[in-house]
Amino acid sequence: MMRLPLALLLCATALPALGEEIWVTNEKDDTISVIDVATLEVTRTIPTGERPRGITFSKDHSVVYICASDSDAVQVMNPDTGEILHDLPSGEDPEQFVLHPDNRHLYIANEDDAVTTVVDTETRRVVSQINVGIEPEGMGVSPDGRIVVTTSETTNMAHWIDTETNQIFANTLVDARPRHAEFTKATNELWVSAEIGGTVSVFDAATQTEKAKIRFAIQGVNSDLVQPVGFEFTPDEKTVFVALGPSNHVAVINAETYEVEDYILVGRRVWHMAFSKDHSKLFTTNGVSGDVTVIDVAARQAIKSIKVGRFPWGAALRPSPKE
Amino acid sequence: MTHWLTLMAATVLALAPQIALAEAPVAITYLRAEVDRPPVLSNLDPIPEDLGLAGAEVALKDNQTTGQFLGHDYQMAVHSVEPGGDLLAAARSALAQSRLILIDAPAPQILAVADLPEAQGALLFNVASGAAALRSADCRANLLHTLPEDSARTDALMQVLAEKQWQRLVMIVGATADDQAFADHLRRSATKFGLSIDAEKAWTFDTDLRDSTMQEIPRFTQDFPDHDVMLVADPTDDFGRYVEHNTWLPRPVAGTEGLHPEAWAPVIEAWGAVQLQNRFEDHARRAMRGQDYAAWAAIRAIGEAVTRTNSADPASLRSYMLGPDFTLDGFKGRALSFRHWNGQLRQPIAVVNDRALVTLAPLPAFLHQRNEMDSLGLDQPESACTEFTE
Repeated sequence: MMRLPLALLLCATALPALGEEIWVTNEKDDTISVIDVATLEVTRTIPTGERPRGITFSKDHSVVYICASDSDAVQVMNPDTGEILHDLPSGEDPEQFVLHPDNRHLYIANEDDAVTTVVDTETRRVVSQINVGIEPEGMGVSPDGRIVVTTSETTNMAHWIDTETNQIFANTLVDARPRHAEFTKATNELWVSAEIGGTVSVFDAATQTEKAKIRFAIQGVNSDLVQPVGFEFTPDEKTVFVALGPSNHVAVINAETYEVEDYILVGRRVWHMAFSKDHSKLFTTNGVSGDVTVIDVAARQAIKSIKVGRFPWGAALRPSPKE
Repeated sequence: MTHWLTLMAATVLALAPQIALAEAPVAITYLRAEVDRPPVLSNLDPIPEDLGLAGAEVALKDNQTTGQFLGHDYQMAVHSVEPGGDLLAAARSALAQSRLILIDAPAPQILAVADLPEAQGALLFNVASGAAALRSADCRANLLHTLPEDSARTDALMQVLAEKQWQRLVMIVGATADDQAFADHLRRSATKFGLSIDAEKAWTFDTDLRDSTMQEIPRFTQDFPDHDVMLVADPTDDFGRYVEHNTWLPRPVAGTEGLHPEAWAPVIEAWGAVQLQNRFEDHARRAMRGQDYAAWAAIRAIGEAVTRTNSADPASLRSYMLGPDFTLDGFKGRALSFRHWNGQLRQPIAVVNDRALVTLAPLPAFLHQRNEMDSLGLDQPESACTEFTE
């Protein structure tokens, strides 16, 4: 009697995924919840190292990288089988990372160590370690790959790193507790969210000077609980969706005017997000409520909550392997 | 403003020798009056010798790391005066060396330092006393407070009890002046949040109870009227630990035991707090306490103000700290700021037991017209402080 379910289970985890999926790291469960984009259901749960947070796929989606913070490792997983292929040396307490456009180098924020570690995913060696501010977290890479930015949560800076020399060439102050950084391509901007400062700063990436600062106000929510964390641009870079933490809302920003156009109610303590491949749906991780909110991007409305593991944190898209 | 700072930061990196601040470190002094503490029944939890100071040391390292990107350096000198020693002489010599001073001393001595002629124009931080008077009639323009006042902590506890509808209270009060003062704060906070303390008893045992707590304390608590919670006012940490689970009625204990309100506690995990806990434990080899947090917050407030103003001038730093742009990330989920009418650092209070955070006050039900954190402690209309009205 025991054999059949076990065989089914093995079969289920070994089968290659057929459809498009969103992968969500559950920080307090040491697992990944995999959501089928077509059915909006969790199709499987995959064990990881301790305290998984940042998650990103290689450019061809053949492997997935996971920051297992409390295992002090970046894990490399076969997304078809869920098997850990190997660990990369990551430095202590890796929280977030960004994959360079060369598809080879990972830039990793080591939160407990005030260091950004550069790892070659092919040789599996540390290429460089760069001293940054206290509690590095947000990681962004410019579209041409020449600049990587680390934000440090207690030092309150964006550290601009030249990827040829792996040296810092500029430091810019942002508001308190910066959490996430993204470059734009067309406008050559760097956007940085500041959780406790309650702002998103926009820099001209060429001169590292501040162009704009975006503030938020949600009716009925205390302003000090409106705390921007993760954010994502639409592919045309005209709209930005910003997770606002314990305010339980996602803001929609017009990236050309820097004005907030909308607030969308989601689950509790919203952290990060990922789009479906066609960008019609946005999936937000809600740490406190332990679920993922699915947003209809065109309608700017939440359409479903999906229960995942405890303290969902990172999210990444895995397109259908058939495509 | 930030635009200018950004340019300034870049300039500092490129042309560091031209900026005066980059040449001279920001000089801070930790001034401590060592105190003789009364004997207590149990020696299970000795008060760490580096209480407070260890928090200052961690924050100093935080500031130095940040400063290296801006060409700012920070140094801290420690002046520790033995019980009965001349604190004012030490203060004068410290003030000749640095104009940013953390004071770890009882309230009367803090006041005496603040009133020194040499201290005028300096910026002092009370990191050790929760006395209400220092935030009210005895406030001083040169004195800011990073330790929450005692009444902010008792207000936080009462918010939790009110939220739970645990409204009927009784209280055991210890024998020391500190115990009596804490009991006063509990009474005042109970009234503020609509709870009633229906009966009180003074702790008068003068024997070593440790072998007979299960016989004595039930009898001692037997004649209390029925209640929801038993309060214990024992900041001296003498008898309080023996009350819980020895009461006549099966009731929770709160106050300085059981459910207790703290500026900081080792059980705070969220809001990035684990990072601070880890840094502190790596440095001090012990858990971080409320006074450690107060000293940490004072040094970090200095660091934040120096970073944003590119100045080490006490008047500029004070003005920035009391202004609307100052925000400090204190790992308690909300931006910390100073009350501009009495110099108190506005902060959430952790209501905890020994194993977990129960909640972080202010609770959402307690609204405030300016900032919900001002529902804790002396609010502007209640404070008799007039030194900050410049």
